[in-house]
Amino acid sequence: MKLTGAEIFIECLKREGVKTVFALPGGVVLKIFDTLQQQKDVEVILTRHEQGAGHMAEGYAKATGKAGVCLVTSGPGMTNVITALADAYMDSVPVVCFSGQVPTSLIGNDAFQEADNIGLSRPCTKYNFLVKDVNDLAATIKEAFYIATTGRPGPVLVDIPKDVSMAKAEFTYPNSVSIRGYNPTYEGNKWQIKQAAEAIMKAKKPILYVGGGVIFSSASQELLELAEMTQIPVDMTLMGLGAFPGEHPLSLGMLGMHGTYQANMAMHYSDLVIAIGARFDDRVTGKVSEFCPYAKVIHVDIDPTSIRKNINVDIPIVGDCKTVLREFNQILRATVNGEQKELRKPWWDQIQEWQQAHPLTYHQEKDGPIKPQQVVKRLYELTRDRDPIVATDVGQHQMWAAQYFKLAKPNRWLTSGGLGTMGFGFPAAMGAQAAFRDRLVLCIAGDGSIQMNMQEMATAVVSKLPVKIIILNNGFHGMVRQWQDLFYEGRYASSDLGTTPDFVKLADAYGAVGLRVKKVGDLDAVLKEAMATDKPVIVDVPTYPYENCYPMIPAGGCNHEMLLEDPPELKKKQAGAGKVTPEDKDTVLTA
Amino acid sequence: MEHIISVTVENKFGVLSRVAGLFSGRGFNIESLSVAPTLDPSMSQMTIVTSGDERIIEQIVKQLNKLIDVIKVVDLNETEFVSRETAIIKVHTKDADRAEALRIVDIFRANVIDSTPSTYTIEVSGDPKKIEAIINLLQPLGIKDLVRTGRVAVAREPARPVAVQTKKVARD
Repeated sequence: MKLTGAEIFIECLKREGVKTVFALPGGVVLKIFDTLQQQKDVEVILTRHEQGAGHMAEGYAKATGKAGVCLVTSGPGMTNVITALADAYMDSVPVVCFSGQVPTSLIGNDAFQEADNIGLSRPCTKYNFLVKDVNDLAATIKEAFYIATTGRPGPVLVDIPKDVSMAKAEFTYPNSVSIRGYNPTYEGNKWQIKQAAEAIMKAKKPILYVGGGVIFSSASQELLELAEMTQIPVDMTLMGLGAFPGEHPLSLGMLGMHGTYQANMAMHYSDLVIAIGARFDDRVTGKVSEFCPYAKVIHVDIDPTSIRKNINVDIPIVGDCKTVLREFNQILRATVNGEQKELRKPWWDQIQEWQQAHPLTYHQEKDGPIKPQQVVKRLYELTRDRDPIVATDVGQHQMWAAQYFKLAKPNRWLTSGGLGTMGFGFPAAMGAQAAFRDRLVLCIAGDGSIQMNMQEMATAVVSKLPVKIIILNNGFHGMVRQWQDLFYEGRYASSDLGTTPDFVKLADAYGAVGLRVKKVGDLDAVLKEAMATDKPVIVDVPTYPYENCYPMIPAGGCNHEMLLEDPPELKKKQAGAGKVTPEDKDTVLTA
Repeated sequence: MEHIISVTVENKFGVLSRVAGLFSGRGFNIESLSVAPTLDPSMSQMTIVTSGDERIIEQIVKQLNKLIDVIKVVDLNETEFVSRETAIIKVHTKDADRAEALRIVDIFRANVIDSTPSTYTIEVSGDPKKIEAIINLLQPLGIKDLVRTGRVAVAREPARPVAVQTKKVARD
């Protein structure tokens, strides 16, 4: 029986196990939407902006480990979703984006709402397809899902012209895919693995540096086994949070620009860095020439281009994290004995010294302004039993969330690492909520970044996605303000947001629930009230506006040279700002 | 250092822009790029002349391999190879210069492929030094037009593909 392109599209989604599509209609995709409406297997979540649809697909993918799917129209629909595709590309998120295109006869004619979708998305997708013939549609969609989810995952775009969605073809879905130019390596080189295992045995000061690759290859269990067996401390990247239990005694927390003191010091002074599914981003390495000066480096990554891109590697292993970790464990199980523990005792003594010297710290006065760290810490303590999924936007609040929200399991942490996309958190949280309707999904946001995709509150209310947004409201683009205080002599060029909207009223206007924490003593009660609500909630928490995020390695600085607190002249200036009333930042500024 | 990289790609639309986009997006240098179909019409062969230190060339080769439409990448500098470039040079010739032009053509074993009362169009193949040399000699006569193909190259022995990836059957 012949099916239309639109019907084939839906059949393919069903075959791929897609239950939810984040979508916004337009002229050239009407046939697809019309067909979607007449079936029940695939749910459509109508977003208010295509960027939101893209981030929702990302959140869905990160929380489930499966490909997230979004559907947008041609022209502006496509250009709007680009940010989300670029974000997914940087963070290796499997997303399949379907875009409408003008009819094939009009392509290149500057038709209404035409854009070169393939050209636009080429640098920010793993691959993209223009389907010119309905007979190719099913095979193309199969390849798109295959490419998005295998190897190093990433976004794939499928551009479907209007006439292709309406034309008819016989439907057959291929059972397998074979692409001669695409053969990701899963098994690591045996000899290299053996070399690495020997280096691990010999090392006196080894450190595991683990990233998002561990989460995408579901290798947390193998990582835990390796770390516990060898007693090697674990540093996590921003993308790797949750790959290893945050409260585990072997966890040193996050490393990098705002990583913990012990994580960065251990990295700097180690004699063996075991990098697994991480890519030595500049926010991790700091000054490359002085990065890990005493260490041999083992680098396990499925993407050969990640290896030796930024730093020299002694033992490169191209392969899937899970497969390689299993091999490590197999070799080490036979050889590890008490000696390593003894060998590494001085190392652990040193690490504990660092831990005690400079733990993460902030000062919350009992009646003083609310400190953002206190909010994250209490949120963590109050919700940990419910195993929540946590999304963040980008900025200071993101770093505090990374420092204080200690995730126990993978696929709970939705954040924009590589691209640093403000406005990511809320839609990503909604995507995760759409996948897990019964779970608690939190979004820790700033008052700056939440405004970048605020329109999706309408989607949350209509589609019943009861995400709990906690806004750390400091009236600033906080991270920008922090850099201006530290490096631009306190000139707040365009970082002061002036009047931010009344988020409580805004939530109310959308039909969601708005709550505000007026003083630190109310924090627990308000958070509990929010968690008990079955609607989307905004908790507006006015926080101390001048709090800075430490430790901090200034850009291009060395990993062992962290700023740990405000420099003296900055402290003096802030003392001059006087007491802050949570109600109104303006009074602080004039005080 | 200059490297010649031979790239076998899928012969379909958009592949050239993927390769070109990779070079421009990552700030790699392209001195020349030539592309044409192979014996198997489903594939094309690109010859890319680029330059960079060892680290950069390694990245170029890896990044090319990562492109889904790229089937095989060979850094010809890792082996022995022969390379050629062709130039077509249109020389404006006065009567007095015409014999001199033909002498130069002869010396370089070039060919005159078109002739008008006031011009010779000369085709010459060789390595870049030879092309430069004939251009230098013809320049005083007056070069009206000059087009060069960029280099094409082939390994002298079966070349070893770099950064080989183990072939795996598609996971379904």
